[in-house]
Amino acid sequence: MTDLSRRRFLQVTAAGAGVAAAAGGLGAALGAVRPARARGLRTVPTFCDSCFWKCNAIASVADGALWKLEGNPEDPLSRGRLCPRGTGGVGAHADPDRLRAPLLRANVRGEARWTAVTWDEALGHIADKLQTIKARYGPEAVALFSHGLGGTFLKHTLKAYGAVNVAAPSFAQCRGPRDVGFELTFGEGVGSPERTDIANARCLVLIGSHLGENMHNTQVQEFAEAVGAGASIIVVDPRFSIAASKAKHYLPVRPGTDLALVLAWMNVLVTEGLYDREYIAQHGFGFDAFAAELAPWTPEWAFPETGIEPEVIRETAREMARHRPATLVHPGRRASWYGDDAQRSRAIALLNALLGSWGRKGGFYQPASMTVPAYPYPPYPVSTRGKVDSPGKKYPFASEPLTTGIRDATITGKPYPIKGWFVYATNLIQAMPNQAETIAAIQNLDLLVVVDVIGSEIAGWADVVLPEATYLERYDELNVELFREPFVALRQPVVEPPDDQQPNWWIARKLAVKLGLERYYPWKTIEEYLDHRLRGAGLSLDELKQKGVVRGPRPPIYFEDGVTPSFATPSRKIELYSVQLKDAGFDPVPSYTRPEPGPPGAFRLLFGRAPVHSFSRTQTNPVLSQAMAENELWLNAAVATRMGLPSGKRVRLRNQDGVVSEFSIAVRATEAIRPDCVYLVHGFGHSSKMLPSARGRGASDAQLVTRYKTDPVMGGSGMNVNFVTLEQEG
Amino acid sequence: MSPRELVSTVHGPLTEPALHAWGWEIAVYLFLGGFTAGLLVLCGTALWRGRRNPGGPSFALASSGLPALGLVTISLGMLALFLDLAHKPFVWRLYVTFQLRSPMSWGAWILLMVYPVLLAGVLLDPPRWLRDRLPGLVRGFGARFDGDVARRRLGVVAIATGVALGVYTGVLLSSLGARPLWSSALLGPLFLVSGLSTSASAAHWLSPDHDERTRLLRLDNLLLAVELGLLGLFLINLSSSTQAHVAAARLVLGGPYTAVFWVGVVGLGLVAPLVLQTLAVARRIADTPLAPILVLLGGLALRFVLVFAGQASHWSRL
Amino acid sequence: MARLGMVIDTRRCVGCQDCVVACKTENRTPHGMNRDWITYAYQGTFPALSLTIQSERCNHCDDPPCVSCCPTGASHVHDWGGVVLIDHDACIGCKACVASCPYDARYIHPDGYADKCTFCIHRVEQSKDPACVAVCPTRCMHFGDLDDPESEVSRLLASRRHHAILPEAGTGPRIFYLE
Repeated sequence: MTDLSRRRFLQVTAAGAGVAAAAGGLGAALGAVRPARARGLRTVPTFCDSCFWKCNAIASVADGALWKLEGNPEDPLSRGRLCPRGTGGVGAHADPDRLRAPLLRANVRGEARWTAVTWDEALGHIADKLQTIKARYGPEAVALFSHGLGGTFLKHTLKAYGAVNVAAPSFAQCRGPRDVGFELTFGEGVGSPERTDIANARCLVLIGSHLGENMHNTQVQEFAEAVGAGASIIVVDPRFSIAASKAKHYLPVRPGTDLALVLAWMNVLVTEGLYDREYIAQHGFGFDAFAAELAPWTPEWAFPETGIEPEVIRETAREMARHRPATLVHPGRRASWYGDDAQRSRAIALLNALLGSWGRKGGFYQPASMTVPAYPYPPYPVSTRGKVDSPGKKYPFASEPLTTGIRDATITGKPYPIKGWFVYATNLIQAMPNQAETIAAIQNLDLLVVVDVIGSEIAGWADVVLPEATYLERYDELNVELFREPFVALRQPVVEPPDDQQPNWWIARKLAVKLGLERYYPWKTIEEYLDHRLRGAGLSLDELKQKGVVRGPRPPIYFEDGVTPSFATPSRKIELYSVQLKDAGFDPVPSYTRPEPGPPGAFRLLFGRAPVHSFSRTQTNPVLSQAMAENELWLNAAVATRMGLPSGKRVRLRNQDGVVSEFSIAVRATEAIRPDCVYLVHGFGHSSKMLPSARGRGASDAQLVTRYKTDPVMGGSGMNVNFVTLEQEG
Repeated sequence: MSPRELVSTVHGPLTEPALHAWGWEIAVYLFLGGFTAGLLVLCGTALWRGRRNPGGPSFALASSGLPALGLVTISLGMLALFLDLAHKPFVWRLYVTFQLRSPMSWGAWILLMVYPVLLAGVLLDPPRWLRDRLPGLVRGFGARFDGDVARRRLGVVAIATGVALGVYTGVLLSSLGARPLWSSALLGPLFLVSGLSTSASAAHWLSPDHDERTRLLRLDNLLLAVELGLLGLFLINLSSSTQAHVAAARLVLGGPYTAVFWVGVVGLGLVAPLVLQTLAVARRIADTPLAPILVLLGGLALRFVLVFAGQASHWSRL
Repeated sequence: MARLGMVIDTRRCVGCQDCVVACKTENRTPHGMNRDWITYAYQGTFPALSLTIQSERCNHCDDPPCVSCCPTGASHVHDWGGVVLIDHDACIGCKACVASCPYDARYIHPDGYADKCTFCIHRVEQSKDPACVAVCPTRCMHFGDLDDPESEVSRLLASRRHHAILPEAGTGPRIFYLE
């Protein structure tokens, strides 16, 4: 019997002691931020900002100090239960590495040496620079990179100024390929939150998606319901994820070959006649041509590519068919893997089409949103220059602007120079591939403004850093998004910001005034703005301040319940065969290209999510960093033994371009991953000098993503194309 | 089937990667407590047997400083215990209650009882400066405990206190079932015998009387042999018990504590002094302080191994 | 007489640590110390693997060694529900209870006293679930009276295979994991 070695998930190292908030722990920090004056318990409803799901929460303030966050029972997103990031959100208020005052660069870019200034000085400086850029290059030369709902007002100000290049990394570096793949098939994307009816799925297929570690609240809740109800789970992943441990079938696919598997599945469904004939007959376009294209992709062909036995491919395809239409092949979230991602996502869309799950119960429902009229603004200036990110429609099917495209234009100056970047709530250094290119682009700028809550890596490169108040300390735009049922939600301050931080709307408005654009802000206070919009929906700010979220009547969401099937495609049907793709020179039905192998002896670098962290923005949260202080490198146990790397041994990663990770990472020797790849959680290995409590903990995958493959269909960045070798520390 | 990998998120600093709540303070206390327990039993036995001082042959009381030494050792031991406490201002809570099922509560009260018994021992044969400073007290006490019956009763009380002091710590550890290394009823007798041995060896060195030295040496040799036997039984007991106990025994049978146990505790702390003292009794070699020093260090080493290895032992997990 | 306990469905649990974070904020536990934690036990060889995830904490045992070993009575069984609690002002910080617990459920608070999960007795007394149970997004955690045959926890135990942790330690743990 093997000796049981009891290894801990996280070594609380000596460095861990340094994470402790100011004096004596979190409780003191939360209380010390504002002297406790009011006695008793106060609850305030708001919605979370730990990720984009925006769950509605009830914050509790005890004796004037922020105590805890719990889910709002009326919330259709969280159903009264927040995820770990949401529950730990109180730590954002007490984050020891929060930005505290506006900062002006004191020396060379990237050195992170600052002069603290007043808001007037900072915004005045920005306004001057913006006017200069406008005069010399035109307002189109200023781009905005923005993530999340909080960017709304900055977007408004900059659009009023004349900017046209506005992008979110979540398109090109994350969900973009997926949405385009579905748009090309069904005429619309999957949405955010995704319109997945997991709770009612009788068969759920997860390809790379690691629900349970990926913590999209409603999806994880529904996943648990499906598991509890005995749904058949099929997981395709090079790593034995938490989701894989719940699976009836776990397919340890070779990385990069998922498309081959999906094609083989479709081949089986068509060859064995297991697809939803009626559904395809009613809604499908081009089935015969599509079926012909599928012919070569047999399970026997797929086996050597994927490593999955033909019988397993057949059995799992039949399993999917057994439960259709309540079979959901999950579209995933970050689809930016290998450069052919739009086509792979389209294949997933096609597979769902064959199973008849689009628009059906247990598949993809039709979401609805509440009608809350927008605030009436004067029209934005019209530009004749067009956007820079996909010049000449280089990426013909990109349905949103491309961050990497804007970056390219900033580096090359073509089609026209980009001289100013505004960055809101996104750490471009960790979010975009090839940090060297981002830095090269920054060096071409006349102005880089970063608005953030913590001093992230991108903030270190800024000319001006503007400290935003956390979501617990501010009003914000209303949340009126598409979901199972329509709702409107309010974000309102729970506690006051501890220092000189300001909300995004305040920053945006002040900047607009300094730019002479006050007419675009007819409302003087945010309350005025919010109340005006809410009254347009028959509600009021007071009502929302009290309730937090108000739901509308539930409309039908399935075809079965009366939703009219409609597909915004050229054929007005589900495009099994895409003529528009063919006309643009792409495969009308996805076809498979073997991914390029890595250098011998190197491991493919894979990365993903942890349920207690969001991207690279929570590692300094003193509550969440206790749950996970650094990431680990998942390495196959047999390989680890052969290499003499037991769990806990620290290594550095060297990629195919010779880039070595700045900080070491602890090995996690585990059975739960294939021998040909390594895996780590994204967002660690912070190098920012402004994040001392997180700096140096674990390794940054982003630093090692120097190579990426751009998807020719829509410009997405395939980032799972880097390979690493391991170097022992010391 | 045992898991190949067991990963856990953080509990707290004292239990990661294994329990280490107790440190040198407890090992030192166990040693000093055991030593004092031995002194109490030796002095008590002498009293009970009716030996007197000064002048005539006596057993352990030939060195009349032993009770005073005991006061010092037990005070140092209690200081070590106090240093170990995490909530020191509340230590008085020990003495406003008695928790029947808690060996530590028993110990708290036993420790309290140790003082008057040792003080009585000092007063029975007080040093000159005490006789000069508090003549009334000395005379009054001497009068009270002049008779054989009174002295014998005091002797019994001292023996009982010593046995209780020596045994209760072993009972305390063996009551902590969560640490399989300590799951043995032999720990109580082992600590008592070890305490007797360390105090007998030290007393032999401090004794001015040649016959008494030899008697104490013979006693200590017997105690060392018994201690070796008890350790042997202890390991046999663990090794023939459940998986968790076998793994615990392995800590000293091939594991990280093997060297310090066999070289420090057994070799240098028991076998070597046994040989030396046997030869000394047989007049084959000179009687030097080397053996007592080895016995003392061996006793200390035994406590260190048991405290640290004990905390490293744990139940296995599915 | 109520006997409070927990039943946790390991099938639904994804080991997200929401219970750990919720306990931390609800009870303001000190930095680096947690009243509950998650264990992930892998069996098998890749890719034929199974994983058991358990959210663990003090088991509020029927026969708690941490109560019997306490020399001051600080560690005691609450007069209702069988919940094991600690009177901070009676604790001397001797750590016998920390050593006595087979589950390593206790820690020493920076202020000096022993501390651990209280089943959120302050919430239970307001008819609310413990924070960990209330937050769990997979709804895998259940809390209630094990002595009441009609309670949810009793019915779950009657209907599904379950186990406790280290039953051989003999303390009578009151947290059960559905398989």
